[in-house]
Amino acid sequence: MTAGLTPSQTVGPFMAIALPWLDGPFVVPEGTPGAIEITGRLLDGAGLPVPDGLIETWQADPDGRFAHPDDPRGAAEPAEAAFRGFGRCPTGPDGGYRIVTLRPGPLPTVKGEGEAGGGTEAPHLDVSVFARGMLDRVVTRIYFCDEQEANAADPVLAAIADPDRRATLIATVETGGPPGEFRFDIRLQGARETVFFDV
Amino acid sequence: MSTQAPSVRGFTLPSYERPTGLHPPLASPGYRATELRAPRRPLVVLPHRLTEITGPLLGAERVTPADADLTTQHAGEPLGERITVTGRLLDGDGRPVPDTLIEIWQANAAGRYAHAVDNHPAPLDPNFSGAGRCMTDSAGKYRFVTIKPGSYPWRNHPNAWRPAHIHFSMLGRAFPQRLVTQMYFPGDPLFSQDPIFNSIPDPKARERLIARFDLGLTQPDWALGFEWDIVLRGTGATAVQRAEDHR
Repeated sequence: MTAGLTPSQTVGPFMAIALPWLDGPFVVPEGTPGAIEITGRLLDGAGLPVPDGLIETWQADPDGRFAHPDDPRGAAEPAEAAFRGFGRCPTGPDGGYRIVTLRPGPLPTVKGEGEAGGGTEAPHLDVSVFARGMLDRVVTRIYFCDEQEANAADPVLAAIADPDRRATLIATVETGGPPGEFRFDIRLQGARETVFFDV
Repeated sequence: MSTQAPSVRGFTLPSYERPTGLHPPLASPGYRATELRAPRRPLVVLPHRLTEITGPLLGAERVTPADADLTTQHAGEPLGERITVTGRLLDGDGRPVPDTLIEIWQANAAGRYAHAVDNHPAPLDPNFSGAGRCMTDSAGKYRFVTIKPGSYPWRNHPNAWRPAHIHFSMLGRAFPQRLVTQMYFPGDPLFSQDPIFNSIPDPKARERLIARFDLGLTQPDWALGFEWDIVLRGTGATAVQRAEDHR
């Protein structure tokens, strides 16, 4: 470990005076053609809402590209110019959050840490969860229930042997609900504790 | 719009260092609120792939230079000791982290946050909101003007008080660099009883959250100067190695 890294501390109960942005939940503006909505609740070990949390998302654009120079394919400007890739939403009194975005594209796997390359990652968002009572963020991923084939080939999902655990990473659509409205609850503890990653 | 993404064959992605024993354990019994909020199952290692070696490079569009001065956001000046907090945002390889968003928030000089949930019976200051932000410059430098926050009680344990602190949030340049932490002040008598500060296992790492008072940075007849550097995870790669990887 490199000497001198700065350790994490909790965001505490009052981060709402600084971190929420008016446009935070909107990775694309509401009404953007093709926009999807991901809503859910952040729940603690007693199954109660966490009303003072912050959910952040980071994802590829619909072409599977990033506006970032470290992507070996080069930084790419998204076709939808307003697409930001990053979402941020504080949780409400019911623990609820909402992110409006575009579906990310699949990604090629590239040779690297624990990875030979040549495969494909299913469409996903990386998620950070911050709250009072959490001394460091926790990280999870959101996958999509209607990407079964891609999910079956995804290396991150494949590394989680228990199908019930894997299911905690998959956003669902209400039966008969409108398309493009996904549900993803985050359970910090309990029988259905969400899979969290060491990133 | 890219219809045909360039091939990624032959590339090797960087991976960010994975510090062990640096961050506080999520389950830290001394901090009671962790009890129901710390995951119980072991974390699953996520190798760094494209989503992880990238991150949001944004913020400049939502920051004005005035946002870095918390003493000029209202009609009058806030009460308290005026201070400047400056430093550099670096990575573990010693490189500056330029052009990234830093957001801060803090209590006022009396130890009260301008937040509806804070019911500590200390006065609010109509001239202090307690939130600021800035972008690091090309050398990773940042600077805030504010007032020294007060200590305040909380209900974690009998007679519990938080040491004075300023919350810092850094986006970094890639997802693994995202960090939220707290900056403390030297010589605070409340450190020994604070379970949040002491949740960091390594005492030397704790010390790194304490800013340094610097008379040289102190502006005569104006403001006390504090210096605090923040170090985010690096890739362990030198610039030369990176160029080779990308050849």
